[in-house]
Order: sequence, then C-alpha cells, then structure tokens
Amino acid sequence: MIAQRLALSLLILWAVSVVIFIGTEILPGDVAQNILGQSATPEALENLRTEMGLNDPALSRYLSWAGGIIQGDLGTALTNGRDIAESMTSRLINTLFLAAFAAVMSVPLAIFLGLLAVRYRDRWPDKLISATTLASISLPEFFIGYVLILIFAVNIPLFPSVASVYDGMGFFARLNAMALPAMALTLVVLAHMMRMTRAAILNVMESAYIETAELKGLSSFKIIYRHALPNAIAPIVNVVMLNLAYLIVGVVVIEVIFVYPGLGQYLVDHVSKRDIPVVQACGLIFAAIFIGLNLVADITALLTNPRLRHPK
Amino acid sequence: MTKDLKQLAAMAASGALNRRAFMSRAAALGASTAMAGSFLGTAARAATPQKGGTFKVAISGGQSTDSLDPARSTNDTTLVVLKHFGDYLVEVDVDGSLVMRLASAIESSADAKVWTFTIREGISFHNGATLAASDVVATLRRHADETSQSGALGILRGIDTIEDVDGKVVITLADGNADLPYLLADYHLVIQPNGGLDAPDAGIGTGPYKVVQADHGVRYTFEKFADYWDDSRGHVDAVELLVIADDTARIAALQSGQVHIANRVPPKIAGLIERHPQIDIHSAGGPGHYVFNMFCDTAPFDNNDLRLALKYAIDRQQMVDSILFGHGSVGNDTPINSAYPLFSGDIEQRTYDPEKAAAHYKASGHDGPIVLRTADGSFPGAVDAAQLFQQSAQAAGIQIEIKREPNDGYWSEVWNKQPFCTSYWGGRPTQDAMYSTAYLSTADWNDTNFRRDDFDAKLLAARVETNPEARTSLYRDMSVMVNNEGGAMIPMFANWVEGTRSEVEGWYDDPAQTMMNGMATIKCWLKA
Amino acid sequence: MKTSIPLNALIGMIITATIVIMAVFAPLLAPYSMTEIVGDVWEPMSSEHWLGTDTLGRDLLSRLMYGARVTLGIAALATILSFSMGTMLGLSAAAFGGWIDQTLSRLVDLLMAIPTLILALVILSVLAPSVLTLVVVMGVLDSTRVFRLVRSVGVDIAVMDFVEAARLRGEGRLWVIFREILPNALSPLVAELGLRFIFMVLFLSALSFLGLGIQPPAADWGGMVKENKDGIAFGIPAALIPAGAIAVLAISINMIADWVLNLTSSLKGGKDV
Repeated sequence: MIAQRLALSLLILWAVSVVIFIGTEILPGDVAQNILGQSATPEALENLRTEMGLNDPALSRYLSWAGGIIQGDLGTALTNGRDIAESMTSRLINTLFLAAFAAVMSVPLAIFLGLLAVRYRDRWPDKLISATTLASISLPEFFIGYVLILIFAVNIPLFPSVASVYDGMGFFARLNAMALPAMALTLVVLAHMMRMTRAAILNVMESAYIETAELKGLSSFKIIYRHALPNAIAPIVNVVMLNLAYLIVGVVVIEVIFVYPGLGQYLVDHVSKRDIPVVQACGLIFAAIFIGLNLVADITALLTNPRLRHPK
Repeated sequence: MTKDLKQLAAMAASGALNRRAFMSRAAALGASTAMAGSFLGTAARAATPQKGGTFKVAISGGQSTDSLDPARSTNDTTLVVLKHFGDYLVEVDVDGSLVMRLASAIESSADAKVWTFTIREGISFHNGATLAASDVVATLRRHADETSQSGALGILRGIDTIEDVDGKVVITLADGNADLPYLLADYHLVIQPNGGLDAPDAGIGTGPYKVVQADHGVRYTFEKFADYWDDSRGHVDAVELLVIADDTARIAALQSGQVHIANRVPPKIAGLIERHPQIDIHSAGGPGHYVFNMFCDTAPFDNNDLRLALKYAIDRQQMVDSILFGHGSVGNDTPINSAYPLFSGDIEQRTYDPEKAAAHYKASGHDGPIVLRTADGSFPGAVDAAQLFQQSAQAAGIQIEIKREPNDGYWSEVWNKQPFCTSYWGGRPTQDAMYSTAYLSTADWNDTNFRRDDFDAKLLAARVETNPEARTSLYRDMSVMVNNEGGAMIPMFANWVEGTRSEVEGWYDDPAQTMMNGMATIKCWLKA
Repeated sequence: MKTSIPLNALIGMIITATIVIMAVFAPLLAPYSMTEIVGDVWEPMSSEHWLGTDTLGRDLLSRLMYGARVTLGIAALATILSFSMGTMLGLSAAAFGGWIDQTLSRLVDLLMAIPTLILALVILSVLAPSVLTLVVVMGVLDSTRVFRLVRSVGVDIAVMDFVEAARLRGEGRLWVIFREILPNALSPLVAELGLRFIFMVLFLSALSFLGLGIQPPAADWGGMVKENKDGIAFGIPAALIPAGAIAVLAISINMIADWVLNLTSSLKGGKDV
C-alpha cells in the first residue's frame, strides 16, 4: 500500500516535470529580451539567443534537461551563467528554515488553540480565538507584513525590518533577523489550521464513544485530548500539510517585504526574466516538496484509520 | 546674497546647520530652492570628509538574476555596484564637464576621428596587477564586439579600431565625433584586468571598494581598497548594499535607521518622511522623463489630429502635482529640457485644453475607446498617471481604456510592440545622443515609430555643425517637430528622490542617475 | 436544535447584508463616482469625504462601495465554482474509489504541486485578462484544495457502517454520495466555505499585487490596500480602511458559517448513531 503510494508519487513527479516543461515553453516573452530589458539592441539580442541555444527543438531540450536532473545536474542559469543547484541550495535552506521556524510556532499553537476552542465551545475563549484568528487570516499578507514592520521595527525597534540573512550568520542572529517574517507567516497560516482542528474535533465529539467517555465521567479536556484528537488526526494532518506546503512554496510576498533571500523571490525574479532552466528547476523542487508532504499526509491517514489500513 | 548663501552653505556643510534650516534661511535670502541646493552641493564637496564607518544602503532594482559582469548591468543596483569596484576612463561631472579618471590626458585629431588616451600610471587592480593600456584596449574591444551582450555596444558602434600604441590607447572612428569621451563615460565601461575576458564577472576593478560578498538580488558587501589611488573618494571602511525592491519596505528600513541611504523614495511620501527629524530628502531634476508612446504609423495614431487631441487632453500640471508631488517638472512632448546643452526655452508650452483636444479629436474622425497599456513597472506611478489621463481625456470626450499589463514581460511584450503604452527614458548627456537613440528613423529604440527624413537630415546636419547658434537652432527645429508631430506624449520630467539619515554628509544632487549618479557611498561620508 | 438565531450569527448576517446592499446599490448610494478626482491626495476624513480620499484624490467611501461589487462578485463566483467542482469530484473519488479515485487524486496532486503563482502567471498572461478568466482561474486552482478536503473526509465516511449498509441495500452510487456521504461531510465543508471565500478575496488581492487582477480604475478591496500602501507607515488610513473592510467581511461571513456548522452538526447528531 505504502510502496504503491510512493511509486505513484514518483509518477506524479515525472508528470509534473513534463507539465512544467511545456508550461514554461508557452510562457510569453523571451529570455534574451528580458535580460537586456529596455536597453536591448537587436544585435545583442540575437547574440544572446544563439549563445543560449534557444533555437534547438523542444524535445531534445526536455530530454537533456530531464537526463541532467536524474544525475543531479540542474543546469546553469541563462541570465548569469551560474550553476543552478549551487545558487539554489542556500536559498532552499533559507526557505526551509523560515518555514520550519513559522511551523514550530504556528502548528502547536494552532492545535492548542483548536483544542481550547472545543473545550470552551461557544464560550468567550472560543469566540475570542475565532475572531482574532479570523481577523489575522483575512488581511492581505503584505498588509500584515507592513503593520508588523511599522509596530516592531519603526515604532518599537525590537526586530530588524530587513531580514537579510547571509552565510556565516550566527544561529541567534538569524532567528532575530527572521522574527518578523516568521511572525507574519504564523499569523497567515494559524487561523486555517486552528479552525480545521476545531471543526474536525467537534465532528468526532458527536460520536457515540465520546458520549460513553463522558458517561464514564472523564474530564472534558481529557476526553478531547485522549479520545477525540486521535480520531480527528487525519483531517488535521491534512490541513497541517497543506499549510506547511504553503509555508514553503507560497511565501513570495512575505519574502519581498522582508527582503528574505528565499526560493520564492529567486523563482519570481527568474520568471520575470524568463530564465527557463531556473523556473523549471524551482518548479520541480516545489513540486517534489509538495508531493512529499502529501505522501506524509496520506500515509498518516492510512496509519490512523484502521479501516483504511485493512481494505477489503 | 551670494556671499551670505555661501557662508550659510559652508555652515550647513560643516554640520553647524541642518539642511532644512539652511534651505529655509536661504529662501529668506531670496534664493530659489534649486539655487540654494547647488550652493549647498558645492559647499558640501568642499568640506573635509571624515574617514571610517560602514555605509548601509537600501537600493531598488536588483534581482537574483544579476551578475557582476559590467556588460550585463541593467538596473539601479548593478549600476551602483559597478561604481564601487570599478573606475572609468573619464566621468561626466554635474556641470557637464569631463573629469579625467583612469585617462590622464586626451588628445584628438582635428577631424575628431583619431583619439589618443594617455593612461594614468601606478594604478593597481584589486588582484594586485597594475593597470596598463592593454587592459583598457581589451575592455573597450570586449564591449564593442558585435557578439558581446554589452549594454554599451550601441554607443561604441561608430568605432573602427582600438589599439595599444606605445602604452597609449588609440581609438579610430569611422566618422568624426567630438563627443567620443562622453560616450566612454558610460557606466558599463568599467576597466577590467585584460578587459574581463578571462573572468567577466570576477568583480575585479580599480575602484575604491573591493567586493567581499555578492549575493545577487539580496545583499552586497564591500571593503575599502587600501591601495586606491584617489584619496578624495571612498571614505568609509565598508559598504553594505541591501537590495529592497518594495518601496514601503525600503522606506521603513530608512525610518528605522537600519540604513543610511534609501534610493527612489516615492514622491507621494517624500513630504511625509521629511518630517522625520533625522531624515533628509534630496530631489535632483534632470533629463529623465515619463512618456506615453504612440506609434506614428499605426491606426488610429497615424493621424496627427488624434495625436494632438491626446496631447491636449493630458493635464500635465495635475500629473506633476499628484504623481510627482512637485518632484519634477512639466514636459512639452519633447525629450529635451533645460538639463541639455543648447536647449531652447522659447518653445510654447502645451497645456491642458479639453476644447482644443475635442476639436482635434473631431477632426481626426476617430470614434470609440482608445486602449492604453501600462504597468506599475513602466514608471513609478504609471497606473495612477494612466487613470488621471483617462479622467482628463474624458472631459474632452475622448474615451481611454486602460489595460494594466503584468510587470514581467512588459519590456518584451508591450513596450515598442503595442501602439500606445507608458514608458520612461533616463535621458542622455547630449541632445544628439537622445535623438539618435529614440527618434532617428533607423534607431533600434525608435519606440514611437517616428520616421521623418527631414528630421533625420537636421540631426545629421547638427552633428557636424560647429557654430553653436546654428546648432541650437537646428535642435530647436527638431524639438518643435517632435512636439507638434511626434508620437511621444511627454507629460513630465521626474526628479530622483532619495532619502539620507542625518549622519550622511557630502551629498550633492547629480541628476544623471540614481544615488548621485551611483557615487553616493563613494563621495559621501559618515559623520562620527 | 436551536430555533432562534444566536447574536453572533445575527450580527454577521446584518453586516454581510449591509455590504451586499452597498455593493448592489453602489451607483445609487455612493456620494461620488468611483473614478472622479474630487480632492487632494489622502485627505483626512471629513463631512465631505466620510472616509477621506485615496492615493489619487478619489473619494474612498465611493471606491469602497464600488470595490465591494468587484470583491464580493468575483470571490463569490469563484468560491461557488471551486466548491461545486471540488465537492463533486471529491465525493466521487471517495465513493467510487479505485482507479477513479487514483486518477482524480493524482491529477489534483499534479495541479497542486505546481506553485499557484506560476500557474496563475502562465495562465493569465496567455489568456486575455477579464473577469471571467479571473473567476475560472481562481475557481479551478482553488477547487483542488476543496477536492482534497472533501475526499479525505469522504473516505473516512465512506468506510463507515451506515454507508456500507446503504451499499448492501443496493442503493445507487449517486444516492450514496448525495444522501449518505454529503450530509455527513457537511460540517467540515461549511467551516471551510467561509475560509475559502476569504482566501478568494485574498487571492484576488495577491493577483492585483502582481498586476494580474482587476483593470484600473476599478479595484477590489485588496487592490485598494495596495494602491494606498505607501501611506501605511505614516498612519494614513486610506490603506487601513479597505483592509479593515476585508477583515470585517471575513469575520461576518465566518460567524454565519459557525452558526450553520453548529446547526448541521447538531442535526447530524441524531443520524449516525
């Protein structure tokens, strides 16, 4: 069962590589024009096109690209001729680090708040949690970012507004620099996870065995924690994985505002320059991360639901 | 008044008076803002710089696709980076005069066809090598090569040969050009060891600062080059350039004191941020302008009545007021303004006139909405400007339909491809250069498809005309021609607006480019 | 089951209704036109301009009303599209299982695996930008999220005894989907509905941020926040007001969603024992 999922995931990854390749082929615009910008002369353009081999047929380019990736070679960026794998590694680490930082803050907090909301259902803690998380989720990300900068960097200078981390920076200096973007991301993903946790647990709470537990006289928090949470784990894991994926692939706006050197900004820069090899490589990495997280969610669902574990 | 101003300026430069106090006292003496600013600049340059410290700068424009290769520089960030590690043969000063840098002397033949550059001696590169004429020759050849991707290729096209003759650089042109040294001040032409042929993006030059770290699109660090030959430049120990594309974030970094300088302050908030006691706003006006391009050969814009209708339907003053917030001046549908030598100020200024616009519109016989393409990236405030135009044109009965395009791909898919779109020009050092770049029939970037034999003839005549008055008159005729019949609707010339913390001293306005023509961290210093 | 509407839901309904009325009757209610320049840039609130003026000197209240049309209209249409597609396919996957489930799930994985941003960028720069393409792109991209949720809830339910019982009774597949699985999957779905609607509003504003959204001079609320963002650091309320409007709308809609969630889960209580 798990092996089958794994094989399927690899198949998807391959399909994604084809889709990404075709998708980037039909992107309008021309890398040569975009590199040189408004100041492009026809001569310089033609020279650049020839040098980049933009005139080779698509299939042969796909094959050599895919072949390279299997051997761990992502190619070189068209725009500045640097090795993609090398430039991407530090960016990827930055992205994962920020995602991890935000996840460490937001996931436990979301589940805890979700449990709390169920425990005090319809009373003021539930309503307060609901309203504040909703407010935070319903503001545009860039707005949250600016407000955090205004409060914690300009008015009360606690954290730097520019989160430019670099190689050789100490761990705590890094955490300090990343405080504001991590806070912004936490606010962005918290509400979704918290609300799904609450809804999933409430769903289970209606079941007969919970009533039994109540009749046994167990305290309500213990019931939620011991009996309801384990049975609500599949949808919770699902929403957590969705949000983790979001923290990794969807944080471009936050990266722009806090000048955080992550993969998203790197990708967008290269999309706008039509630097196809980089876009393809980034797309593939994002896809691999996403597929991996989904695999985890699927397997968790399998392991937590005995009925699914033993299909008829 | 002049003497008092000088004294005030000296006080301001030495720090005894802050910039704002100086400006208000200068105004009390009857000096215009521009005049006072120029006095302050002169005085600031005369003041004694302090050494040491680390400059932190927030700058726009950089992307992770950038490179240290001077040939490939296209944006604000790489321009500034080049000026840190590189030097040029010559530079153009604020007043338009040439400054000798790596060239110590320039001679030309009488017909301005053969140019000889003597190279300064005892200059070392960051890698320890000594600068020789062969390095200069290799550099210029690399940029002038037809297969190069250099941004300077276009301006070097008139060069026939570049040779190293007995330790001097000799350049031979196909046709005489008295302006050649000005062309060699182009920011791409950083002199590199062996012309950068071995490692174009090594970041090795003869400039005042050495590249320590280059994380493109994110952050650059530099340290002072100990063997730098010119003591009047490069006053700090280290420079940290932070690339911050987002306006609001860049200004926040300046407000919170994380950086000393932030470039490209949105004019809208310049007035607000200036209230901050520790921040000064600098506004330098020059030849840079915003433009609405119409294709003169594409319907409906091939009808001059329609072009005139649109030109009368734009409210220039309103744009300067609410897009530039006064950090700029109105344009007159010609790319030439008082920043250029040989400018004629007596051409009648076109103003907003809905009645004339309606009359021309009627005469053009056009009917239905006119599509205007724009993007936030085409110039700062372009989408806002398009909406203002839409409003003012409506009053003349002309319907404008705005199509906002994505920023990416704008320069490849829209500009110079679509018949009506917003764009900008940074300007050129001479009228000839500006017209040759964008108005000559055969120009690559003739982005209004303005093709007129009589215009071209005048342009070529002006190149060889030696009498300044006759030349001025030729240029005037050309401006009038573009103003009345051209496809470029130029509502405004925009200033460079930049913010500095009060520790930054030695700033003067140089409108050629952002950040004092890229020299802010090289010529300014930090007050201890 | 409660018969009276709780206060929260009532407030939510009133506010949502007010916003809807504002949107529908914007041309009648708005004091100025959406595009007309009626004052200076960023004028403070006054009796003439209740909410002040925006980055070009247009009346903010009027723009907010017209913006509500765009925001509500596009977000609602896209949410409906996303929910109908996602629910339909998700439930089918859960009920049929086997290769249908596998094909749909992997297809959705495929679609989700490519960053939304690139997808949106590619699609919207190939297709001409119009309200219809916006709605379709947003709806389809978002339906993958709904699909996953519905399927995961549906799979859990599909193996429950009462569904099996229905199958053994020989009920048709569609009957199983709509009468057995859907009602029992309703509560997490309703909780999700409110959130997804808000995500649509935010997705729209993110697209405006990238220059792919609504064409000016029209603007959605997120686009209005962006138009006025430079003023945020100086305490100018022109960006705070549309942001606040989005938040108020989000909370109101979700207060209603919570109430419906309570209703359905208490309804369901009697059914699965």
